[in-house]
Amino acid sequence: MKYRDEYRDAASVKALADAIARRQTRPWTLMEVCGGQTHSIVKHGLDRLLPPSLSLIHGPGCPVCVTPEAIIDQALELAARPDVIFCSFGDMLRVPGSQHDLLTVRARGGDVRMVYSPLDALNLVRENPERQVVFFAVGFETTAPTTAMAVLQAQRFGVRNFSLLVAHVRVPPAVETLLSAPDNRVDGLLAAGHVCAVMGYTEYEPIAARFRAPIVVTGFEPLDILRGVLSCVEQLEEGRAEVENRYGRAVTREGNRPAQALMNQVFEPVTLSWRGLDAIADSGLGLRPEFAEFDAVRRFELSAPRTASAGPCRSGDVLTGRLKPFECPAFGKACTPEHPLGATMVSSEGACAAYYRYRRDAA
Amino acid sequence: MPPEAMSDDTRLICPTPIGQYAQIVMAHGGGGRLMQQLLERLIRPAFANPHLDQRHDSAVLDVGGKRLAFTTDGYVVKPLFFPGGDIGKLAVCGTLNDLAMSGAKPLFLSAALVIEEGFPVDDLGRVLASMNAAAQAAGTAIVTGDTKVVENGKGDGLYIATSGIGLIEHDLQIAPAGIREGDAILLSGDIGRHGVAIIAEREGLGFETAVESDCADLSGLVGQLLAAGVELHCLRDLTRGGLAATVLELARDAGFDMELNEGAIPVTPPVRGACEILGFDPLYVANEGRMVLFVPANAVDLALDVLHAHPLGRDASLIGRVGTAGAGRVALRNPYGIVRVLDLPSGEQLPRIC
Repeated sequence: MKYRDEYRDAASVKALADAIARRQTRPWTLMEVCGGQTHSIVKHGLDRLLPPSLSLIHGPGCPVCVTPEAIIDQALELAARPDVIFCSFGDMLRVPGSQHDLLTVRARGGDVRMVYSPLDALNLVRENPERQVVFFAVGFETTAPTTAMAVLQAQRFGVRNFSLLVAHVRVPPAVETLLSAPDNRVDGLLAAGHVCAVMGYTEYEPIAARFRAPIVVTGFEPLDILRGVLSCVEQLEEGRAEVENRYGRAVTREGNRPAQALMNQVFEPVTLSWRGLDAIADSGLGLRPEFAEFDAVRRFELSAPRTASAGPCRSGDVLTGRLKPFECPAFGKACTPEHPLGATMVSSEGACAAYYRYRRDAA
Repeated sequence: MPPEAMSDDTRLICPTPIGQYAQIVMAHGGGGRLMQQLLERLIRPAFANPHLDQRHDSAVLDVGGKRLAFTTDGYVVKPLFFPGGDIGKLAVCGTLNDLAMSGAKPLFLSAALVIEEGFPVDDLGRVLASMNAAAQAAGTAIVTGDTKVVENGKGDGLYIATSGIGLIEHDLQIAPAGIREGDAILLSGDIGRHGVAIIAEREGLGFETAVESDCADLSGLVGQLLAAGVELHCLRDLTRGGLAATVLELARDAGFDMELNEGAIPVTPPVRGACEILGFDPLYVANEGRMVLFVPANAVDLALDVLHAHPLGRDASLIGRVGTAGAGRVALRNPYGIVRVLDLPSGEQLPRIC
């Protein structure tokens, strides 16, 4: 299969892993930002092909994992309303709020639909003019442009029964927060290829310079990831800290300008408390005032989000690379995919879920 | 660090997690771990008896000196018509396959229809015709049935439940308990086609190459394997949870660890492409006309010869081995030589497939 098989070829993977081992002279710690990369690394066992002194730690790039519990609770409140059709990406259905999850709401009679795109939600708007359709807008800069497109279409057609619960997040502020932590162990970063396909990578250039950390735009297939790792190791060994693009078939420096324009037209940066992390300035996206009519929180006068309860879930430590999933005492015991204590165990991109699925023997 | 080393961490006093679901959720029917929990904790205990404990697709019953296989199954697929079949063909083939997995020759079938008010009579006619065609092709017939109509909005057009009885004419014990250390694990063909065909049709995803469901009756192929004298230890058709769930279930029930070779498992390019786009793993995608076969190592060549000569087994391959007695762990060796555990899916990848 084109664009897949050639990036999984066993001989090339082996050769690249050997090249990394030859190039590396000192121990380094790299963080892959995106949960899709974490999943690929753990599934294909790429970390096991690398020298033991080169550690990969898993970053916060899983939108489902970092969506605050308070917003999940708002989603549950909305989904339980009899006048609402609540639309969400599949992964969000099992993320627990403080009490239960969207699947439970659906089993109790709530109209919860799984959609593949916000534009699917707009179809429901047309088919159900007497109902209120709410779309749960989660995701990084990769999904925000399609959400923006849906909002603009709704505005153009004067749609009255469509609104959004917005929990979009931005990568660069989170990366800066991680790198400025006093106990930061990360020497270099593999930036998320899909986010960069939309945003380009100019935003990362000042970050690489400020923290003296190489940042390599990296794809998702085994060869993509190993190329990113090699690039990062080369820079570290040579004392460089630059932004390099190793996902050239999808990413340009400027990114997708029309998609960025859509996002900027509809959203503005807001402060957001990530699940497991503290509040990060400008790390979320909120609807601009001229689109406030599409804000579900306003439309349904939702109760103010509660502060998150402190539970045993240490996903914050996992998301910042301080803890490997299997080092958490709850991993695989109190916390499993059926009964997740935290979102990192829920999403298919979550580090804990990836380890549970592929690495329970590591514990 | 192993988890035990941190268990005195006082920050981690365990609260009650989101408890067992108090209501049935879709994942309880998804062929994954939640479904297993439901079966083990509620359904099996409610009916506990030695026949049910055989844990096979069909119960094997001694009746008047004969061995009969008996099975039943419900079908709730959406859409009702899909490339490669429809709910009627699915309902008949599924029950024929459950009988075939005991090596039984299918004798008679029953069918119960639950029809939603408003369902087009023409569509019902098409489904019934396809049920009859599938039954006749297998040399059997639907000899009894039942019909109910429910109010508009209380069903998805049409639900079908089928049962079947078959006659066992061989002396083998083809069941999970027949699996032995060192057995070869064969797969009768490429995987994932039914699940992909359904999701593509249901979601209106237009892939460049249309994927047809693998929906098929395996009883003829099993009959040929028996006629050729292949020593079959266990057979299991792949359904909801895909190849992964099937092998994991057998490993657990038989009490053996197993290893699969990922590179030997056939997946066609259109299925691989669709899975990449949808974020599915073909190992967990539903099938309706594929089976795994457990045979002793010395029977592999004969079994593959018979399989390759049959249209439903043309792409059959040796995909793994049964290891030593154990807790039923299944390891997957990838093309890079890395071995990882294979896990049961939690719920379902594709809702409501069969």
